[in-house]
Amino acid sequence: MAEHDGPILEIENLSISFFTRLREIPAVMDFSVTVQPGEAVGLVGESGCGKSTVALGVMRDLGVNGRIVGGTVRFKGRDLGTLSARELRAIRGREIAMIYQEPMASLNPAMRVGRQLMEVPMIHEGVSAAEARARALDVVRDVKLPDPERILESYPHQLSGGQQQRIVIAMALMSKPALLILDEPTTALDVTVEAAVVDLVKDLGRKYGTSMLFISHNLGLVLETCDRICVMYSGEAVETGSVRDVFDRMRHPYTQALFRSIPLPGADKNARPLRAIPGNFPLPHERPPGCNFGPRCDYFKAGLCDAGEIPMAVIADDDRHFTRCLRHQDIDWAAPMEKADMTEATEPGKVVLRMDKLRKYYEVAANALFGGGGPTRVVKANETLSFEARESETLAIVGESGCGKSTFAKVLMGLETATDGEILLDNRNIEQIPIEKRDTQTVADIQMVFQNPFDTLNPSMSVGRQIIRALEVFGHGATDAERREEMLRLLDLVKLPREFAERMPRQLSGGQKQRVGIARAFAGGARIVVADEPVSALDVSVQAAVTDLLMEIQRKQKTTLLFISHDLSIVRYLSDRVMVMYLGHVVEMGSTDQVFAPPYHPYTEALLSAVPIADTRVQKTRIVLEGDVPSAMNPPPGCPFQTRCRWKAEVPGGLCEREVPPVRDLAPGHQVKCHLSQEMFDRMEPVIRVAAE
Amino acid sequence: MTLAKFILRRVGVMLLTALCLTFIVFFLTNLYPNLEKLAKTQGNFRMTDEEVASYLGRNGYLQPLPVKYGQWMGVLPGWTQEAEDGTIRGRCFAPDQPPGDAPRFCGILQGHWGHSTVFREDVGAIIAEKLALTGRLMLWVMLLMVPSALILGVMAGMREGSRTDRTLSTFAITTTATPEYVSGVLFIAVFASTAVGLKWFKGTATSAMENPTFENFFLPVLTIALYGMGYIARMTRASMAEVMTAQYIRTARLKGVSFPNIVVKHALRNALIAPFTVIMLQFPWLLNGVVIVETLFNYKGFGWTLVQAAGNNDIELLLAVSVVSVVVVLATQLISDIGYVYLNPRISMT
Repeated sequence: MAEHDGPILEIENLSISFFTRLREIPAVMDFSVTVQPGEAVGLVGESGCGKSTVALGVMRDLGVNGRIVGGTVRFKGRDLGTLSARELRAIRGREIAMIYQEPMASLNPAMRVGRQLMEVPMIHEGVSAAEARARALDVVRDVKLPDPERILESYPHQLSGGQQQRIVIAMALMSKPALLILDEPTTALDVTVEAAVVDLVKDLGRKYGTSMLFISHNLGLVLETCDRICVMYSGEAVETGSVRDVFDRMRHPYTQALFRSIPLPGADKNARPLRAIPGNFPLPHERPPGCNFGPRCDYFKAGLCDAGEIPMAVIADDDRHFTRCLRHQDIDWAAPMEKADMTEATEPGKVVLRMDKLRKYYEVAANALFGGGGPTRVVKANETLSFEARESETLAIVGESGCGKSTFAKVLMGLETATDGEILLDNRNIEQIPIEKRDTQTVADIQMVFQNPFDTLNPSMSVGRQIIRALEVFGHGATDAERREEMLRLLDLVKLPREFAERMPRQLSGGQKQRVGIARAFAGGARIVVADEPVSALDVSVQAAVTDLLMEIQRKQKTTLLFISHDLSIVRYLSDRVMVMYLGHVVEMGSTDQVFAPPYHPYTEALLSAVPIADTRVQKTRIVLEGDVPSAMNPPPGCPFQTRCRWKAEVPGGLCEREVPPVRDLAPGHQVKCHLSQEMFDRMEPVIRVAAE
Repeated sequence: MTLAKFILRRVGVMLLTALCLTFIVFFLTNLYPNLEKLAKTQGNFRMTDEEVASYLGRNGYLQPLPVKYGQWMGVLPGWTQEAEDGTIRGRCFAPDQPPGDAPRFCGILQGHWGHSTVFREDVGAIIAEKLALTGRLMLWVMLLMVPSALILGVMAGMREGSRTDRTLSTFAITTTATPEYVSGVLFIAVFASTAVGLKWFKGTATSAMENPTFENFFLPVLTIALYGMGYIARMTRASMAEVMTAQYIRTARLKGVSFPNIVVKHALRNALIAPFTVIMLQFPWLLNGVVIVETLFNYKGFGWTLVQAAGNNDIELLLAVSVVSVVVVLATQLISDIGYVYLNPRISMT
């Protein structure tokens, strides 16, 4: 079967269902896609749309409950559905390999990395251990991991997330498969690591001539990696075509709505707000008749769209471009987006929060398990943080994991006390007062919205009860009736129906839970809200709605919003000022325009170039950061960023390796911590350019 | 340095625990009613209160509690008393020893575990002999119980919800739900008596103390092993079932690894991490089961000795038994912690 001319993978009218005791739940319906040799096809959609099920269906690993109920999956012309278990094993890992979302969970924690890699050729090609090891070394070199010998001897937990993902990729490439299935391969990684991994996958795909099925919810990433794209909604493919066609000439209302709900360059919270997709994703057993997207579609026409099954229609003139929309010829696709309500930009008010040279160091015992003894090491989580935040201002704090942004939030909240420096809330020092000693007003003033709404609500308490509990803690209302009234008002504020007061958290979707989290944070009339990645766990279409809600409440209540995020697109969209952190240092701070335009701090530059943007007009300078973020326990001498900085050579005399750069003002309100000379800064070019339309 | 230091700390904890526990046992066994009982079993049951007091006084039992404890420990000099007839008696005096040769101190610190009033023998010698007997029993129990429990658990857990799983789980639950005094009696009735007629094994293990054979030793071993086996098997099953749903098992499956290899190479080590602690916890807990089974099968080991000592308020024997128990419990915990580190690469000592 080595000689095969046709497509690598042909999925035709595939339907997959899961069977529970109650009913059959169709997860994928009438799904077709073709992957040609050397082609990369992106599979895009929100969580629950069935994209991972397709991948597992191809691998025929659907578990006990899942079954292919219709259609065929052909791999190099062979119907995978008819293969025996033994034939299937011969294909898995050798012909089709998979790369998974969570690298840590996908590697066996109790097996050395080397053995996990060597296993693949040993099973499939029966090679000797020595040869397998030699090959493993080659592949580990191919995925650009330093010190391959040592890596092979390591256990997965001894590697960083990025390194683990490279191992998973290496494992997939061990037997040079014809098809690589990537299931959200970079979701768990930082943006700069993501950029490096994506580059690697693209290079290796080219080198080995591997076809790829790239599953992602990130449109920008698909634009960067894929040739063709398939948009899924609620178990169906709604639009397929080449990436160019789908991005620039989309012909399905869902695709259009999806693009309008993500922050692209040019979107602005006041002048050009995002447009969230109204309504909710239908549950698999509650799909509407006819078009699944019908109830949320702006172009819905009763009697037509809800009449019956909708087939895929060919778009004339385009290259294999299909849409599952009956009205695609009636809709004026060029019409500009209906202007949503424009809002006035709010003026920042007086300073409410001031941080002055805040430091937070942790002492870590050298030996965690057997305790005691040994020298303690110091983790410098925050290093001289100084800034002020004004009323009704949004200050974004940006940086990769481990940069100290969460530590900063903890110190501000009072979960930790500062090692040094000051935090002034209305000119009162609070840096040394732990939360249990803070007075109710201070606690109510500074509140937090958490990253993961799924874990932050008490699963056994109704939504209303949880909000009332917060009101009780903040001393709001004199009677239960008053607090109940206030709770209902808060539900109105976060735009949840009042009936939700009686619901349990499990009955809510992710976006709704996050709204409850927001309501709880604002229960005491918070003046400063720390939002720690509030939307990163949510689907794109929901992100827009939750972000807008935060903005609206902020406008009404003049809240100071400290928006912690790694997603620069959303930061650009909603923040007034941006603070970029690296290894506990603030490396750059300024207004959003200042930070997103040159001159940049070299780290900001790399960060910006790493963010995938779902817009074909955008051209980016690729700057790939080598290596990992150094450990905060053992930071490099001098400038924290010097180990990965591409501008380091421009600073004479090895200054970067010796001295921490001073804070410099490039423009009023624009600070940079860098040794680069003014001429160098002047020479910097924008990383992101939007081509003229 | 870390491992040595860690072990040192654990030994320290062990000593402290032994000290506390022995003091409690010492206190309870030296309550006057208990002493009175001791006097009456040693002398005769028709002793008057005065006779009891004088017996206890003569044998040093009426000294203040801390003093007696100190003497047992060997930090205070042992008591001596001159009787009316001029002979000198003392705690440290051997029966046929001239008074002058007796050491001043005789306690744990000097290596003297005291004298058993029941067996009229040196406690150290009794403990050594009985521990050897029980050790042999436990060894066979472990040899039977651990491998079969692990096999049972792994077989049941590798395909959760399958017919094999349900059959093996039912078996495991049944054995765990049957206490030793039920299963022991049942086994004796079925396999060793005329009630059923299958006289395959012997109903008593007394002869096994001298000469253990399959015939006289299997039933007590089986009785203890079955009870513990179900428990370990359940733990292993749960752990195995969880591991089998882990993503790295899916990775292995989609790499093309065959099912037997997935179980043996990928799942087993991970699945054994949790039950390992439980298995080690079984050791001290076996001491418990040993009490019942040894009494039931009349196997005069450690458990049987414990019963005898407790029944007769044999103070120094009971104390020695307590010390041994503490050492066994904490030593197995130590081994379990160290073994855990080797089994689980994510925990390291450095």
